[in-house]
Amino acid sequence: MSDRSLVSRLMQHDLGSRIFIGVLLLVGLGMPLAHLLLPESSFLHPSTYTLSLVGKYMTYALLAISIDLIWGYCGILSLGHTAFFALGGYAMGMYLMRQIGTRGVYGDPVLPDFMVFLSWESLPWYWQGMDMFWFAMLMVLLVPGLLALVFGWLAFRSRVAGVYFSIITQALTFALMLAFFRNEMGFGGNNGLTDFKDILGYDLQATGTRIGLFMVTALALGLGYLACRWIVGSRFGRVVTAIRDGEGRARFIGYRVEHYKLWLFVFSGVLAGIAGALYVPQVGIINPGEFAPLNAIEAVVWVVVGGRGTLYGAVLGAVLVNYMKTYFTVAWPEAWLYALGTLFVVVTLFLPRGVVGLLEKLRRQKA
Amino acid sequence: MKLPRSLEAFADRSQVFDLVNPAVRSPKLDVSHGTILYLEDITVSFDGFRALNDLTLYVAPGELRCIIGANGAGKTTMMDVITGKTRPDSGTAFFGQSIDLLRLSEPEIAQAGIGRKFQKPTVFPEHTVFENLELAMAGDRRAWKMLCARLTSEQHDRIDEVLALIGLAAQRQAPAGSLSHGQKQWLEIGMLLMQRPALLLVDEPVAGMTPQETERTAELLVSLAGQHTVVVVEHDMDFVRSIARTVTVLHEGSVLAEGNMADVQADPRVVEVYLGEPA
Repeated sequence: MSDRSLVSRLMQHDLGSRIFIGVLLLVGLGMPLAHLLLPESSFLHPSTYTLSLVGKYMTYALLAISIDLIWGYCGILSLGHTAFFALGGYAMGMYLMRQIGTRGVYGDPVLPDFMVFLSWESLPWYWQGMDMFWFAMLMVLLVPGLLALVFGWLAFRSRVAGVYFSIITQALTFALMLAFFRNEMGFGGNNGLTDFKDILGYDLQATGTRIGLFMVTALALGLGYLACRWIVGSRFGRVVTAIRDGEGRARFIGYRVEHYKLWLFVFSGVLAGIAGALYVPQVGIINPGEFAPLNAIEAVVWVVVGGRGTLYGAVLGAVLVNYMKTYFTVAWPEAWLYALGTLFVVVTLFLPRGVVGLLEKLRRQKA
Repeated sequence: MKLPRSLEAFADRSQVFDLVNPAVRSPKLDVSHGTILYLEDITVSFDGFRALNDLTLYVAPGELRCIIGANGAGKTTMMDVITGKTRPDSGTAFFGQSIDLLRLSEPEIAQAGIGRKFQKPTVFPEHTVFENLELAMAGDRRAWKMLCARLTSEQHDRIDEVLALIGLAAQRQAPAGSLSHGQKQWLEIGMLLMQRPALLLVDEPVAGMTPQETERTAELLVSLAGQHTVVVVEHDMDFVRSIARTVTVLHEGSVLAEGNMADVQADPRVVEVYLGEPA
């Protein structure tokens, strides 16, 4: 079975997915090309700012997919998914910090600036090896994955579900935020990790690097999407949806519900971690604010707005809401939170299946 | 003072320690002594209320057994004990000679060959009728195996066979949520059959059914007996009369009477506590 036939099989009878992959290809290839080839005066020329903004949206979209996978398909509402996002981001940030070397303010070849400032003598054990790209990338996958594994194992084994699960995930991300705010943790405290110079030897400010990161993000979003699509289309996915609709029934049929939930949760956590790792080099900073419970709730709102349980709806929601956020925080900053709240209420009342649900309804009316 | 269960087992020296015994994970169902289900002296109490009180019940393989009893007689609790949902305070429950039900978890019991149909039809509404049966199919249930699982042609045939048996062949691609109440009940029985259970526990199958649906259900259950052992809990006396060979009457957590329908109905104690009006 070639890759191509697998991809086309995943797209079968799924107009939304086909549109999504088409748009992603257009954006992922078209925008970098337009940036390089068109003159700066052209209307179609995307600026470096636009590129990194869209790149940022794509990492949010990947986070939204990871939330939709467990919430839309398995009914597990995690209000702490930004914890995995931020941990992936911190792992990437640690690598980028180690790359600064003697170019920091204090010029220490090994210790990042904030450690010199705290007059630490040597690197803590958990910073060891983070100067190696492969090791740091492994941590991007492992740290969120292990946290999801341990946390999920404890929660699902005790059959913590519904709103209780949401609350403890919220507590998890809040606890992590408080911990990362502490200077003694060794992650830069309040300021987090920033002032990055280069990645794999390429200057982070250079246009070429920006385009590279942009394309890698688009690729990760596409592959993450296809992986989720494959999972929900497999019999594993049907079991997971069955667990959502009747957990007790699925258990009586003989499925080990905890295992299914756990592996889906771990995969989702890893996906969120990858999104975080791609986010950090594009925005240039990671700090404990990323753990904020409010961010996690906002990410859930993206999924609600786009349409739960469709995957492409989550992508649409993430892009729409963040575009609104970008617009509001520039044009009318104090109104943003009100706009977000209104949006949430309007969508819940009038669009129970999100924007995607509305589009589908319109399409059916026309047909 | 009552010792906790684990300590009690430790103190009981009539047998060797459990850890010395070889662990029997999935022993084969052994019905050579002519009994598929043994419930002996089962007691379950909830906050002092004895839901089951020294209940002793045997079921023979291939039998179609009806269990009747007023509300609170312990019918559902008995089902819960058999399927591992509730652990009794005392007593033993064996499936065949060798499978100790009190030691197995709910999924293990399901895999050992006991299927249960709940009172309320609980099919998976978003899945099609076909997918519901596919999900219920016997086989490897491990999560990572399911990622690449595909139906073999025998499995396909088995699903078609069950679809025909439960009379839903025409609705195979319909979402289960769109079926009528009676059809959902049949689908659920079909889902149980996909697991090829030796013992079927059916909880109030005809509640809320039309007379025609009730009749169809009776035919279906009668046709299953023989190949499977079927235990039916039901309130509808006409229905019980139409299918029952052996009836067990539960009252306040223990067996009040057992026998064929005519004998049980003639029993004055049964008339007094349950049937009330002469049937």
